[in-house]
Amino acid sequence: MASHYEAPIRKALVVGDKGYHDVTVDIAAPVEGRANKHWWIVFSIALVAFLWGLGCIIYTISTGIGTWGLNKSVNWAWDITNFVWWVGIGHAGTLISAVLLLFRQKWRMAINRSAEAMTIFSVVQAGLFPIIHMGRPWLAYWVLPIPNQFGSLWVNFNSPLLWDVFAISTYLSVSLVFWWTGLLPDFAMLRDRAILPFQKKIYGLLSFGWSGRAKDWQRFEEVSLVLAGLATPLVLSVHTIVSFDFATSVIPGWHTTIFPPYFVAGAIFSGFAMVNTLLIIMRKVCHLEAYITVQHIELMNIVIMLTGSIVGCAYITELFMAWYSGVEYEQYAFLNRATGPYWWAYWSMMTCNVFSPQFMWFKKLRTSIMFSFFISIVVNIGMWFERFVIIVTSLHRDYLPSSWTMFSPTFVDIGIFIGTIGFFFVLFLLYARTFPVIAQAEVKSILKSSGEKYKKLRDAGLPTYEITTPLVGNKVEKVVEEQINEVIEPNEKDVSDLLGTLGSFNADTDTADDLKKVKGIGPKMEVTLNQIGIYTFAQVGKMTEKEYNLLDSITGSFPGRAQRDDWAGQANKLNSNK
Amino acid sequence: MYTFSNRLKIASFILMAVGLIGIAVGFISAPSTVEEAKAIVASHDAHGDSHATESHGAIDAHNTHEAVNAHDEGHSSSHDEHLLHQLQNKPWAALYVAAFFFMMIALGVLAFYAIQRAAQAGWSPLLFRVMEGITSYLVPGGIIVFVILVLSVMHMNHLFVWMDADVVAHDHLLQGKKGYLNPIFFLIRAAIFLAGWILYREYSRKLSLKQDESNDDSNFKLNFRISAGFLVFYLISESIMSWDWIMSVDPHWFSTLFGWYVFASMFVSGITVIALVTIYLKSKGYLEDVNDSHIHDLAKFMFGISVFWTYLWFSQFMLIWYSDIPEEVTYYVTRIQDFRLPFFGMIVMNFLFPVLLLMNSDYKRVNWFVVMAGVVILAGHYLDIFNMIMPSTVGDQWFIGIPEIGAVLFFAGLFIFWVFRALSNAPLQPKRNPFIEESRHFHY
Repeated sequence: MASHYEAPIRKALVVGDKGYHDVTVDIAAPVEGRANKHWWIVFSIALVAFLWGLGCIIYTISTGIGTWGLNKSVNWAWDITNFVWWVGIGHAGTLISAVLLLFRQKWRMAINRSAEAMTIFSVVQAGLFPIIHMGRPWLAYWVLPIPNQFGSLWVNFNSPLLWDVFAISTYLSVSLVFWWTGLLPDFAMLRDRAILPFQKKIYGLLSFGWSGRAKDWQRFEEVSLVLAGLATPLVLSVHTIVSFDFATSVIPGWHTTIFPPYFVAGAIFSGFAMVNTLLIIMRKVCHLEAYITVQHIELMNIVIMLTGSIVGCAYITELFMAWYSGVEYEQYAFLNRATGPYWWAYWSMMTCNVFSPQFMWFKKLRTSIMFSFFISIVVNIGMWFERFVIIVTSLHRDYLPSSWTMFSPTFVDIGIFIGTIGFFFVLFLLYARTFPVIAQAEVKSILKSSGEKYKKLRDAGLPTYEITTPLVGNKVEKVVEEQINEVIEPNEKDVSDLLGTLGSFNADTDTADDLKKVKGIGPKMEVTLNQIGIYTFAQVGKMTEKEYNLLDSITGSFPGRAQRDDWAGQANKLNSNK
Repeated sequence: MYTFSNRLKIASFILMAVGLIGIAVGFISAPSTVEEAKAIVASHDAHGDSHATESHGAIDAHNTHEAVNAHDEGHSSSHDEHLLHQLQNKPWAALYVAAFFFMMIALGVLAFYAIQRAAQAGWSPLLFRVMEGITSYLVPGGIIVFVILVLSVMHMNHLFVWMDADVVAHDHLLQGKKGYLNPIFFLIRAAIFLAGWILYREYSRKLSLKQDESNDDSNFKLNFRISAGFLVFYLISESIMSWDWIMSVDPHWFSTLFGWYVFASMFVSGITVIALVTIYLKSKGYLEDVNDSHIHDLAKFMFGISVFWTYLWFSQFMLIWYSDIPEEVTYYVTRIQDFRLPFFGMIVMNFLFPVLLLMNSDYKRVNWFVVMAGVVILAGHYLDIFNMIMPSTVGDQWFIGIPEIGAVLFFAGLFIFWVFRALSNAPLQPKRNPFIEESRHFHY
C-alpha cells in the first residue's frame, strides 16, 4: 500500500488516544459484551416486520400474484421497484470496498465491513422479489440454463431478465467472498480473545484457521487486490444490467441510452445514503465514534452530493432529450411524469434526489450528524420514488388511452416491502452482535499514519513506538520494592465476589500455573493473586472489566494495569497453549 | 526550470508547416462544381477498383448499379449535389475533427486536474505543472474550434446542416428543434462554455503559482473550492457541448448517453497525454521526483478509463441495436455499412489494445510500454471523433488522406509548441503545495 507518510494537513481518521490494543478492545467489545435493551427492542420490531412480510409472501404464493395491486397496464410495480431499490442500495458496499481500495482511500477502512454486510443483506432482499414474482418459487431453478433432461427449459438468452440472474448471483458470490476474506484476520482476533471454548471453536472455523504468519498476510493482500479488481466491473455491470431490464425495451421513458451509467450512479447514491443511515446509528450504539468519525460522515456526504448531482444531470438530460428528439411519445412520457396524475411521485423524486443533496455544499450541514441522518433517510425515500416513477408512470399510460389506469398497492404489496426491511434489519442487527463491525486489521494498518495519537506524537517529535516493559531501571524497581513492603489486607467480601465469578482453585485437582508468564504480572503480583486464591490461567482468563476493578480495589496497586495489558486475553492464550 | 529545446521547437514548426500544406491541399483539391465532384468520385472508384479485392469491387459495382437504376433523373441530380457538398465538406471536416480532438485533450486534462484538486489527491501534485501546461492549449485550441463554428454559422461550410435555413424549412423535426438549434443561441452557448473553461484554467493556474510564493495555504484552499465548483459547471457544459458540437452534425439523431460517452473519450485521451508528456520530460532529466509509481498510476487510469469508455460505447450501441428503433439505429447502420474499418478498428484500438497491453501490473511501469499503448489510444480516440463527425458530413466519401493527416499534423505541432512553451514558463515542481511531500513519497 501507499507509504506511511501523510501530509500534516490531513485530518486523523482514528481520533482519540487510540493505540493498537485499544482498537482490538473497542472493536471486539460489541461482540464480547451483552446486547442491551435497545438492541432487543429494535430487533423485536425488525423481527415482527419480517414475520409479517413472511406471512404476506406465504399468502401471495398460496393464493397467487392477484393479491398484489398489479393490473393489465401496470403489470410491474412494487415488486420490481423494490427489487431495483434493494439492488441499488447494495452498490455502496462494493464501491467502498473495491473502488475505494483501488483509489487508496484510507477512510474506507472504518466503514467497508458494514457497507459490505449491507450489500450482502440487501442483495438477499432484492433476490426475494423475482423469486416471489415467479409465483411458483420451487421452480426457481428454471432460470438456470440446465440441460434438457428437465424438459424444454432452455432459457431465453435474449432477455435482460436472465442476464440479471447471472449478474446478481455473480455479484452476490464475489461480494460474499470479498467480505469473508477481509473478515478472516478479524475473526481470528475474536477467536484468540474468546473465553468460552464454543466461541473459540466457532470463530476458529470462521477464520479458516488464520495463523497471522507473514505468508497469510501476503496472500491476504494479493487476494484483496484481485477481488477488488474483479468487483469493480461488477459494481458497474450489476446495475447496468438492471437498467437493461428497462432500457432494452421500446417503451417511451424506458428506452434511453443514459440508463446504464445513470442507474449505477443512482445506486451508489442510494447505497451511500443507506450506509450513512446505518453507521450513524451504529457508531453511537457500539461506541465507535473514534473510528467512524465526523470526517467519515462528511466524506460520505460528499459522495452523496456528487452522485446526486450526476443523477440530477441525468434527469435533466432525459428531459431535454425527450424534447430534443421530437418523438411525441417520448415527449408525452416525460410531460406525463412531471404533470400527470403521478406528479407528486415525480416531484418527490426530484426534491429528494436532486435538491436535497445540494445542502451538502455547506460544510456546517455536511458535518452535522443529525442533518446527515435526515438527508440519508430523505435520499432513501427519493431513490425508492425514482424507481416507482420510472416504472409505474411509464406503464400506467400506454399507447392505448382506453387502457390508461392507476396503480394502488394492496396490503400484501406493502407487507412484503416492509417485511424485506424487517428482514434486512434482522440480518444487520445479528451481524452487529457477532461480527467485528470494523475491519480492525485494516484500521491498524493505517493507525500509525492516520491515528490522532500517532499524529500528535509525530508533531511533538516523539517516537511513535512505545516502550512496553517499564520494569527496567532503578526507579521502577524501587516502586516495586515499596509495594512489596506494603501489607495487603484483602477485603473478605471483595475476594469472595471475585472468586465467585472466576471460580475457586482446588489444590487437590488443579495445578497452579506460572502466572508470571502473563505480561504485567510480576513475582509480587503473583503472590498477591495466590493470596486471593487465583492460581490458574483459566481463572485469570475469565476476568472482565468488573473483575479488574475488583482486583484493583483489593490490591490497590497499579490500577488499570490488568486491563491495559489484557491479562484475560493473555491468560486465555497461555491456557490454550498449555 | 524547463527550457523548451530547440529541437522540439523546430519539430513542432515543421509539423505545423507540413500540416498547413496538407490542409491547403485539401481545400484546393475540393471540387467547386458538380462535374468536378463526379470526376473525383469516378477517378477514385477506378483507382479503387484496380486495387480492390474482388468482393470489394463487386460491392462498388453493385452500389453504382443501384444508384443508376433506382433513381430517376431528378433524384440523381440531387444526389450529385449532395455528393458535391460532401466533398466540399471533406477538408472542413478533417480540420474540425483534428481541431476538436486536440482541444478535447486539453479539456480532458482540465477535468482530471480539477478532480485531483477537488479530491485532495496525494499522489498527483508533482504532475500538476504538467497538467497545467497541457491545459494551456485550451486557449488557442478552444478559440480555433470556436472560429470554425463561427465560419459554419456564416455558411462557409456545411458541417451542420441545421444551420441551413433551406433545409430547416423542409424539415418538420428541425423546425421543432429551432428553439435550441439556432445559430445565435448555439454560438452563445459555445462562448459561455469556452469562457468558463478558460477562466477556471487561468485562475487555477494563477493560484497554483501563487501558492509557491505564499506563506499559508489560502491559495491552495481557494483552488480546492473553485475546482469543486468548476466540476459542476463542467458536468453540465461538457454534455451540452457534445450535443452541440458533435451530436448536432446529425440533427435528427439523439442519444442521452452521448455527452458522457464523449467525456470518456476526452478523459482517457487527456490522461494518456499527461503520461506521454511526463515520460518525455523525465527522459530529458526533468521531474526527478516523479517515480515509476506515478507512471504506474497514470497507466492504471489509462487502463481503467479505456474500459470505462468501452462500457459506455457498448451501453449506447447495445441499447440502440437491441431496440432497433429506426430513427436511432440509423446512426450505427451508417457506421457499420460505410465505416466498417474505422468503426470496429477503433474498438480494437481503444479497448482490446490497452486492456491487453496494460493488464499486467509490471508493464504499467515500463515507460516504452506505456508510450506504445498511449499512441494507440490517442489514434483510437482520434478515430472515435472521426467516426462521430464524418458519417454525417462526408458520408461514404470519407478517406484518411492528405487533408486529414495534414490537419492532425498541424494541430499536433501547435499543441506541442503551445504546451511545451507553457511548461517552460514556471518551475516544473510545485514548491508549497501541502501534498507535495506525500506525492514525493508516493510509492505503490
